[in-house]
Amino acid sequence: MTDQGAQQTNEEFRTEARAWLEANCPTEMRDADNSEESVCWGGRNWSFQSDAQKVWLDRMASKGWTVPTWPVEFGGGGLTRDQEKILREEMASLGARVPLHGFGIGMLGPALLKFGTETQKQLYLPPIARGEIRWCQGYSEPGAGSDLASVQTKAETVGDNYVINGQKIWTSYADKADWMFALVRTDRDAPKHRGITFLLLDMTSPGVSTRPIRLISGRSPFCETFFDDVEVPRTQIVGEENRGWDVAKYVLTHERAMISGGRTGLTGGRPLASVLEGTSDPFLRAQAVGCDIDMMAMALTLERYKDKAKAGSIGDASSMLKYYGTELNKRRFELMMAAAGADALEWNGPYGSLPTDWLRTKANSIEGGTSEIMLSVIAKRVLEMPS
Amino acid sequence: MTSLLPTEDETMLDDMARGFLSEAAPVTHLRAMRDAGKTFDPDLWAQMVEMGWAGVLIPEAAGGSGMGHAAAGILARAMGRTLASSPFIPTAVIAPVIFQAAHDPRHEETLRGIAEGKHVFALAVDEGPKHDPENTKLVATRAGNAFRLSGLKTFVRNGNAADRFLVLAKVDDQLTLFDVPSDREGIQRTEMALVDSQDTARVQFLDVELRDEDIVGEIGGAMAILRPALAAGQAALAAEMAGLASGIFDLTLGYLKERKQFGKVIGSFQALQHRAAKLWCEMEVTESAVIHAGRMLDESPEDATLAVSLASARAIRTAALAVQEGVQLHGGIGMTDEYDAGFYMKRAQVGAEWLGDYGFHAARVAALRGF
Ligand SMILES: Cc1cc2nc3c(=O)[nH]c(=O)nc-3n(C[C@H](O)[C@H](O)[C@H](O)COP(=O)(O)OP(=O)(O)OC[C@H]3O[C@@H](n4cnc5c(N)ncnc54)[C@H](O)[C@@H]3O)c2cc1C
Repeated sequence: MTDQGAQQTNEEFRTEARAWLEANCPTEMRDADNSEESVCWGGRNWSFQSDAQKVWLDRMASKGWTVPTWPVEFGGGGLTRDQEKILREEMASLGARVPLHGFGIGMLGPALLKFGTETQKQLYLPPIARGEIRWCQGYSEPGAGSDLASVQTKAETVGDNYVINGQKIWTSYADKADWMFALVRTDRDAPKHRGITFLLLDMTSPGVSTRPIRLISGRSPFCETFFDDVEVPRTQIVGEENRGWDVAKYVLTHERAMISGGRTGLTGGRPLASVLEGTSDPFLRAQAVGCDIDMMAMALTLERYKDKAKAGSIGDASSMLKYYGTELNKRRFELMMAAAGADALEWNGPYGSLPTDWLRTKANSIEGGTSEIMLSVIAKRVLEMPS
Repeated sequence: MTSLLPTEDETMLDDMARGFLSEAAPVTHLRAMRDAGKTFDPDLWAQMVEMGWAGVLIPEAAGGSGMGHAAAGILARAMGRTLASSPFIPTAVIAPVIFQAAHDPRHEETLRGIAEGKHVFALAVDEGPKHDPENTKLVATRAGNAFRLSGLKTFVRNGNAADRFLVLAKVDDQLTLFDVPSDREGIQRTEMALVDSQDTARVQFLDVELRDEDIVGEIGGAMAILRPALAAGQAALAAEMAGLASGIFDLTLGYLKERKQFGKVIGSFQALQHRAAKLWCEMEVTESAVIHAGRMLDESPEDATLAVSLASARAIRTAALAVQEGVQLHGGIGMTDEYDAGFYMKRAQVGAEWLGDYGFHAARVAALRGF
């Protein structure tokens, strides 16, 4: 497979990318609005919010630019890290929306690229890149949150299949997703980290059911997921049986990096200065400037860590990005709410989805590992503090 | 822009600088100087000059090592870790930028002299408790072909060791920069005895005669050449403060892993683990801003103001947090003069004022970001 990357200088690539985006990004997709409402998740159940959203997805997917750094053979753009950065810069300067979001892109894809078999990569990666299959993450259970390795959902071998029984909770978009990557217990006698298997399963399999849970924001993005004698072919293991924890952890580092950047408004989103236009409160302004300073420094840190990740692995340091990015994002939304005052208290009032978004940010420091857990990971693994 | 990761050369420079300073200028060296009532170690500075540090911003053609701002940041950072005392920032960072910005062949000899270690420069800009160069009050009155200067400059870092002062004063109400030998008649300097035990002077000008050739740039042209120089100094100071933070952090982390209470190493207590982890996060985020400022100064100095103030603001806050956590997490021993934590705390406090405090930098960010 040719790597489009290597043959071009970065400046040539920038010129070409800019021209292509100019020519191909529909006007309606140039509003830089990456808010929850306008995000495109794709999948079989997806109904496009507009023709433009579909056109934009298809065009970007045809370039491989929904997943710019994945290899071309798996639906990616084969871009180098520098080119990917340039592409993002050019998209930002045009105000272009991110064409496709999803747990397939941010979490499962990287894990398959590292742990998947050739067949699995060919089977699962291209539909992710094209936005055809939407994935959900079946990790948490009622008794296994921060202590994730104590998952109890069990998988028993029957012939070539596993038979799954148990329950997941907080499964984001389980009711909308086509497939799930899940952690299941395949050995009850082994130490808890050594009896977990990382499994892919079709949500339309008989015996899978979901029940939505409503969030404080009024939205209902996540579910309880139940498994009642669900049969899953054993070929759908990623990595080795009973070694799923390694894959799970790898996914978590990507999830943490993703939450710290993508969902925190550090990349796009309402700038703080503009929200403050309506207020002259000096105390609020001072806090907002402080927050802005920290956000700029954090955005630089995300770039630095992306370069580090490219040069090697950042491993547990992704907990730093997750902790800092999400706490900062909560601070930002508190300030926006305070600046908007009573006007922001009305659902869909003058500030639109601001109250909903504000409430949603509170989950940032819980999902994917809580802030407290992140700090413990940093203390133990990065700073090597004793137990 | 170049990646924020260190290049191979930068990693080598960093290793070399740290290796040198841990031998030649650990905190015990600062302690010994303080106990002996000294604020300048000419031998230490001579060794830094020898390694090309004084010429870090001076092109090779003018006798320097021409390594640039990112490299200056690496050196300042290493010095911050061990609280090394030197006239590095005024002499090797601020003065060279001033003389190069003035674009005058007259200054070539000065630049060469700096690189060779012949001069120690001090910046005589501040007049009150806050850094505010644009509101300088000191007046140089015209007297025939010359000027007469009377008044006070304060918080002049390295002002006792300096053989040259860069003095900001007004001529006909226009800010003008003078380069004056410290032994010019009428100049009186007194040691300020600051909390951080670093060379700092109060400089009194008693009807000092200034000549045309003492002017750097032109009358009214001070800020145009001082602004980039201050930015360079601020970026280096931010790097020094980031280094200071990592110095006290390492000391504290070491102590957390060693000190026992309740039959356990105190570093096993989650409350302390989380405080250490939070501080480490702050340091990592600040580090990015500091490296970015160096890169911007090297690659697009015209647009570096925001990057520099961002780095300064972050470094000031992070260093303050690091020294406060540092003392607290040591308990009683952290309060003793015998232990090193206090040296870090005192230097951080001075660094947070020199060349602009948090508010100074935050105000600049606010203006540039449209608040
Ligand atoms: C919006 C949202 C979306 C989510 N999406 C998904 C998803 O798609 N798939 C999925 O599998 N999961 C998902 N989750 C679940 C999420 O990963 C868990 O909620 C999270 O890991 C915390 O687990 P818990 O809720 O059981 O809290 P608990 O683990 O019970 O924690 C309760 C409190 O105790 C603290 N705590 C726990 N242990 C320690 C400790 N050792 N030291 C110090 N403090 C501790 C926690 O920090 C927290 O403050 C989602 C959660 C949210 C809020």
